[in-house]
Amino acid sequence: MSGPILKLENLSKAFGAVQVIDDVSFEVPRGARMALIGPNGAGKTTIFNLMSGTYAPDRGRVIFDGRDITDLPSRKRIGLGLARSFQNIRLMPHLSVVENVMLGQQSRAGSLGAMLSPLGARSRWRRQAEALLADMNIDTYPGEVVATLPYGIRKKIEVVRALAAQPKLLMLDEPAAGLNPSETAALRDFLVQISEGGTTILIVEHDMGLVRSLCDRAVVLNFGRLIYDGSTRDVQKDPQVLEAYLGSRHAGEGVHA
Amino acid sequence: MSGYLAGIIAILSINVIFAYGIFLAVASGQLNLGGAGFQAVGAYAAGWLSANLGLPVALTLLAGAVVAGLVGVALAFPILRTRGVYLVLATFAFAEVVAGLILNTDALGGAMGMSVPGYVEWQVPMIGAVVVALLVFYLMTTRFGLTMRAIHDDEDVSDLMGVSIRNVKVAAFGVGAALAGLSGAFYAHNFGYIEAQGFNAMVSIYVLLYVLLGGTQTAWGPLVGAAFFTLLPEILREVLPAAKEVVVTLFGGVPDGSRPDESWRFVILGVLAVAFMAIRPEGLITRTMVERLSFRRRTAPGMKEATE
Repeated sequence: MSGPILKLENLSKAFGAVQVIDDVSFEVPRGARMALIGPNGAGKTTIFNLMSGTYAPDRGRVIFDGRDITDLPSRKRIGLGLARSFQNIRLMPHLSVVENVMLGQQSRAGSLGAMLSPLGARSRWRRQAEALLADMNIDTYPGEVVATLPYGIRKKIEVVRALAAQPKLLMLDEPAAGLNPSETAALRDFLVQISEGGTTILIVEHDMGLVRSLCDRAVVLNFGRLIYDGSTRDVQKDPQVLEAYLGSRHAGEGVHA
Repeated sequence: MSGYLAGIIAILSINVIFAYGIFLAVASGQLNLGGAGFQAVGAYAAGWLSANLGLPVALTLLAGAVVAGLVGVALAFPILRTRGVYLVLATFAFAEVVAGLILNTDALGGAMGMSVPGYVEWQVPMIGAVVVALLVFYLMTTRFGLTMRAIHDDEDVSDLMGVSIRNVKVAAFGVGAALAGLSGAFYAHNFGYIEAQGFNAMVSIYVLLYVLLGGTQTAWGPLVGAAFFTLLPEILREVLPAAKEVVVTLFGGVPDGSRPDESWRFVILGVLAVAFMAIRPEGLITRTMVERLSFRRRTAPGMKEATE
């Protein structure tokens, strides 16, 4: 199928009197590595929550892979190919690494037969999950309970869990937050590897170095409005973007980050 | 085998089945404080069918489980909307309603209780307990078990992963209710007599304690919890008189050979329950503990080599 993998049309969302998302429209082209950026509180995570169905929009539509999913229950969206990771790690702390990844396969294994067959060492689900962990070079601790693992590893496992659903579009909410430079570099290679496997990536990220080296396109939000949609190369020259980050007084001075 | 020992094995088996029934609900994040209600439904269903229709025990045991399971599923849907303390209260209220209904129903003997024909020896509940334990261990290795534990950890993320929260919760609660009912049916046929007072709030609290103190993360928890708290009073019965003599001697008195007051057993039980909660808040048997005990066996050589 051609056309964009994801299309947001005039999305709006208010919490009480606060207009968190105000008439936002953009498209994510198939196969793209796209960034969704903006200052804190701009509404980036809210966009993710509207896409994954955690919130219902007040107005507007979410079109995924040519299908209107605005009213589709959140649990059915991952089965269509829309998987995400979370800003604060939300792995299941009492499950082991490989069990967390097997949970990510749920959208492909919801039938009664699959629910009632054991996930022992010989099960194809467990072997698939272990193979995926090995592909992503984190097969060090498959049997260990997640709560005891280092932060950087847990961040990566969350991405692998989303990948286990074999998504068409992978939504990552600040995957590099809290990582040191070498971990971030490793994450970048990891995401390029995923992207080369044919998965479209939409990433919310504050680390502009990562955004520039990973993404070709970016959309910028400020106070719930879309203020930029274009290439990552030019984003830091855009006056509106500069104003959003630095305030109007400094906007003329440019950014040398 | 002595009657005393046979009695202990029977009650231990019944408690283990009962604990597994509550465990399934708790492991999927639903604190069920209505255990006695489901046990009563199973006991009275089996007792009534046996006394009035003369059905064979194999059928009445099955009926006890099925009836309690259906009641559990019917209750699970409205209960889905409640969380935390409200869920606890709703299940607790259910058990009180069941007791009230039994007390006011003449066909079930009312406050007089009911004799149950079709006596079963201790071997029958014991076999039942083994089968139920194997079933629950099996369930916990399946994807159903995985989703139960995932819901227990984080319901919202489980939903986004595609887990049908409703189906898993209702199934876990319903199967758990059926097991609690089965334990009641075994109780009815083993004791031969049931009354509403036998299924009071203390029963619900004790079985929840078995599960919470034993541990809710693995199927070992309820087994260890039920065994520990069933056998402890019996062990104390033997040990207490000797302990009293030691204490009396320590304080310079002369032991007079009399037995200590019975209530001391419950004092010790209570102190242990509090100590458990303080020292092992996630239960006696945790996931990491089982992991550590079996780690050496399951780690293939070279698996721990760094890949970073």
